[in-house]
Amino acid sequence: MTDDTIGGRGVNAPDVVRRDLSTEALLTVRDLRVEFGKKGQRPTTAVDEVTFEIRRGEHLGIVGESGSGKSVTSLAIMGLLPATGVRVSGQIMFDGEDLLAASEKRMRDVRGRDIAMIFQDPMTSLNPVVTIGTQISEVIRGHRDMGKAEANERAVELLRKVAMPDPGRRMKEYPHQLSGGMRQRVLIAIALANEPQLLIADEPTTALDVTIQAQILEILKQVVADTGTALIMITHDLGVVAGLCDSVHVMYQGRVVESAQRRPLFAEPRHPYTGGLLASVPRLDSPRGQPLKPIPGSPTDVLPWTQGCAFTPRCANRIDTCTEKTPALKIEGQRALRCFNPLTLSSAGGATP
Amino acid sequence: MLRFVVRRLALMVPVLVGLSILLFVWIRALPGEPARSMLGQRATPEAIERINNLYGFNDPVLQQYFTYVGRLIRGDFGESTRNGDPVVSTFFDQFPATIELSFAALLFAIVLGIPLGYWAGRRVGGWLDNVIVSTSLLGVVTPVFFLAILLKLVFAEYLDWFPTSRRSDARIEATHITNFYVLDGLITREWDAAWDAIVHLILPGIALGTIPLAIIVRITRAAVADVMGEDYVRTAYSKGLDPAIIRNRHVMRNALLPVVTTIGLQTGLLLSGAVLTESVFEIGGIGRYLFEAISQRDYPVLQAYILFIALIFSIVNLLVDVSYGVIDPRVRVS
Repeated sequence: MTDDTIGGRGVNAPDVVRRDLSTEALLTVRDLRVEFGKKGQRPTTAVDEVTFEIRRGEHLGIVGESGSGKSVTSLAIMGLLPATGVRVSGQIMFDGEDLLAASEKRMRDVRGRDIAMIFQDPMTSLNPVVTIGTQISEVIRGHRDMGKAEANERAVELLRKVAMPDPGRRMKEYPHQLSGGMRQRVLIAIALANEPQLLIADEPTTALDVTIQAQILEILKQVVADTGTALIMITHDLGVVAGLCDSVHVMYQGRVVESAQRRPLFAEPRHPYTGGLLASVPRLDSPRGQPLKPIPGSPTDVLPWTQGCAFTPRCANRIDTCTEKTPALKIEGQRALRCFNPLTLSSAGGATP
Repeated sequence: MLRFVVRRLALMVPVLVGLSILLFVWIRALPGEPARSMLGQRATPEAIERINNLYGFNDPVLQQYFTYVGRLIRGDFGESTRNGDPVVSTFFDQFPATIELSFAALLFAIVLGIPLGYWAGRRVGGWLDNVIVSTSLLGVVTPVFFLAILLKLVFAEYLDWFPTSRRSDARIEATHITNFYVLDGLITREWDAAWDAIVHLILPGIALGTIPLAIIVRITRAAVADVMGEDYVRTAYSKGLDPAIIRNRHVMRNALLPVVTTIGLQTGLLLSGAVLTESVFEIGGIGRYLFEAISQRDYPVLQAYILFIALIFSIVNLLVDVSYGVIDPRVRVS
């Protein structure tokens, strides 16, 4: 499964790029826990017991709804959580180095060079008063000994790579002169400027029009494949995961509830939450007029995992144990699962990726 | 950009003409009149009539206005009704003093205010923020004359670090061309005179600049705090950029717009508010002279001085508008 080649989204262009994944982990996150809270107050746990690893060139998806801790996890890896009012514990090993123990100065070297990030909203993620050219070339010059002209040349080349029309002219333009899709291309160009080993994309298509989403994903897929960059795709859109990721971690309320390779996860979801997510995706082949299947309820907010499973109130499969004990993440073969009463094959709302 | 500046300069003409008409009518509508002030309480109606005829104050206001404008065009600002001095002569003596003082105050407020506001705004609620905000509050509530006297007492009289009053030391020989003493010293290469003028500006500049300083600190702090939470600042951090680049290019450039606006508005206040500082430090600026002109209804002086203040204010705000375009491409006029 590891050297799996991935088809395009739906019937779109089949992916011809074959990626070889090494067996060595590039990034290992172990028991990551992030708590927010002011001094003297009871802290809120945003992320807890998050453990995963990603190999060089691998594409990993982190899926979950708003507030599930996906973004906090990625900000913790980048070292971009606020310096005060946040406690981060656990281990984030990147290329043999614990990033949580690294100095701010060291992290500045890592950010933008070894690990880069694309944020959700391209409309607000670019500085409105600085030209596109400067915003791209500054990240190149910040990490390499390169002259202005050379960095600009490289920036134009990057813009061409993300299929930006008329890249030379764009260099002198400002963000407000570009559309949302073009701005996200600029952000991708910025992220890939120094050919990082790891790219974290935090819902890169959520703020875009549906038609542009597919384009951006295609570009993203192409450029990470070209550079052999490992990708962490954070999303709530299972369609994105299906078209892009080798393995998937599903998060709920700050914890991973199910991890698996893409195919088994889609074919046979075991956690009721994963099953619910898959069942709620509208399908083209379902009969006309059939109502969508939502997951009832919404995430609770206070200390969800202290007493039982946080998903219990919304779970169709709940049993008495669910409210009595907190489930642990159990490894079952290729899969990890946090559930007392998982779905069986027959009851699962499986889907083809 | 050039077209924009020219258009704005052209727009200033109707503004100033309109203001001059308003001003002309308005000061004549004030109770009291110059003749009464000149002749005192017991002046006979005949004497007052004679003076009014002499200065033309009995003519219809419109006629007076056109006569005034006609003389203005020839560079004649009229004479003071108090002592008959040509307005021009006091004008070129006093305005440079006030402008120089206001500039010193503004420089003090900007150079100190923007960094302080930045540090406070970066960590809102931190101890540095608390210290800066409470100190700036103190700066706003301290009356200018009290601060001026206090500064003079401590740093000039008691510690003797600075001169107590006036614009220059009489023992230092200085040639005056523009009556901007610092500028004169630089032009004539009389470095000691230039330095002397600077030293004389320090205490009054601090006294006058404290309130603008406090306001600039607060505006900068709010703007920086706002910008720090923007997505593009997070993007800048995610690029691993040098902290100085993040500060200057990504945070300050975006936070500067409201600060520049405030600075423009402060300039007008400084020019008209310099009177207290000027009297404490015995600086012969427009403040005291203008005050006396108001109380004695010295029409020619009032007209010329207030119009000139308005002109400076307009120019400063034009500069503010131009700098908007420089800072923010979205307001740049194409």
